[in-house]
Amino acid sequence: MLQRKIPLAMVFVFGVISTLQYFVPHPLSQQYYDTMLKWMIGVGSMAIFLALVSFLRHHYVRLRKKEHAPYSAVAILSFLFMTLVGFIGGMGPGSVFQKMFYYVQAPLQATMFSLLSYYMASASYRAFRAKSFEATLLLITAFIVMFSVTTFGNYVPGVPKALEWIMAVPNMASKRGIAIGVSLGSIATSLKIILGVERNWLGG
Amino acid sequence: MVLNLIVFMLAASGVLKVTDIPNDDGSRLKVEYLIPESFDSAFLYRVSGDKSVLIKRPTNKEGVIVDMGLSYKKEYRYRLVVYADTMKKEYESALVKPRASWFDTSQFPLFIVVILYTGLLLFYLQHARSGKSLYLRPIAGLQAVDEAVGRATEMGRPILYVPGLSSISDVATIAALNILSHVTKKAGEYETKILVPVRDPVVYTIAREIVKEAYYSIGRPDLYNENDVFFATDSQFGYAAHVSGTMVREKTATNFFLGMFWAESLILSETGASTGAIQIAGTDAVTQLPFFIVTCDYTLMGEELYAASAYLSKEPMLTATLKGQDAMKIIILVVIGALSILNLFGVHVTLGLF
Repeated sequence: MLQRKIPLAMVFVFGVISTLQYFVPHPLSQQYYDTMLKWMIGVGSMAIFLALVSFLRHHYVRLRKKEHAPYSAVAILSFLFMTLVGFIGGMGPGSVFQKMFYYVQAPLQATMFSLLSYYMASASYRAFRAKSFEATLLLITAFIVMFSVTTFGNYVPGVPKALEWIMAVPNMASKRGIAIGVSLGSIATSLKIILGVERNWLGG
Repeated sequence: MVLNLIVFMLAASGVLKVTDIPNDDGSRLKVEYLIPESFDSAFLYRVSGDKSVLIKRPTNKEGVIVDMGLSYKKEYRYRLVVYADTMKKEYESALVKPRASWFDTSQFPLFIVVILYTGLLLFYLQHARSGKSLYLRPIAGLQAVDEAVGRATEMGRPILYVPGLSSISDVATIAALNILSHVTKKAGEYETKILVPVRDPVVYTIAREIVKEAYYSIGRPDLYNENDVFFATDSQFGYAAHVSGTMVREKTATNFFLGMFWAESLILSETGASTGAIQIAGTDAVTQLPFFIVTCDYTLMGEELYAASAYLSKEPMLTATLKGQDAMKIIILVVIGALSILNLFGVHVTLGLF
């Protein structure tokens, strides 16, 4: 029972204090905030250790499965190699660790990112099929927006104005509507957790 | 060259005016100066105890500066030294102590709104305690959760649950973890495997406990496998690559993408769509919503993500908060409408909420 009551009590106390802290500019309030941040960093550092154990265990188990084995082997070897290189040669400028980061990891990440252009093309094709009135409206709007940002579209009378209107009126209105809902929803979720109404984060 | 200076020590009345800046942590003072005569050079010093620090060399006759980095525990005096021909004049202000505020009055309107909103939520919570049922409009994405879990069960394939890529300080992540509990319970009832790759170490530890507790709560602790909730990587696109690979190799039948997402959202959901999985997404990231809408079967937009936990649990206390949200939205709509009408008539009112 205490396993639940203690976390709930802590969440209530720190939740209320942290909410009030926002309205108090006094240095003591700032000190409290800084201390909380340090605790968050401390807890996060301990969680990194658990996360790394999970990472290694997950891939170790997968080594036994034929379809996963090559990828998991690469993951484990890369992890061990980078750890070793970091410990031996350090992580400073010109180190092997840094070179591996800049010349291997960064390009790999960029490769994944560049895949987005292909995914965007296929997703756009699916989105812009004029199957219904709404989809047709979306297609026309998308055409105006994309056309107006091209060099040619910029010189067609009325098109830049149409873009301006689409972005400033319907687009902005929907974005703001979502933003208001999100803000109220996030405050309500926080309050539910602070007041102990929402307990699913404890496992239900 | 040594100048023979005639030195005047003058009271600063009218020349130096030092005032506290309200609503701060007591680290700032406002110093206004007005030099009565023309001068060759001037120096403004801050004096605290025996220490004197030059803070400005005024070039104009009058000016205002905000002196920062002060301590609310100390007293300060300001000295303005003016040189004109062979004369040196010194003006000194009275001792001033910066005041550290206990309440930021500029945030008062926001404070009132927070109190009002909290009051509304508490009112509806009290209302729910009386046992009256509240109507919730159907949300397709949440109605489809059972169907999605059932489909995975029928196909004998696992469910993939991605709780976003943000940290635990993001409310969207907390909302996603709340839904994880419901989905795990449902999956546990059907004995369907659920895979939860996580990007953030803190979120990983919490997700692991949630899944474990959810299995315990339905009386099936045997279903918990610690390798099903795992830390993938903290690299954004590394994570996208890992999850995409998992979807393709594990052939997941159902994918949940709930929480905070950035540029990787389309990579994840488009890969999932290509594998033929049923996909339910939800995020409060406005820029990622279009990607999810075109690639997923169901999308929870913005606040629907936060409402999901209440909707799935059907607990009156949780649904009551949704009513509180709706009431607050009505108030906001009325205020926006009223202010817009006033604005049309040339009356500009600022609430000072931001």
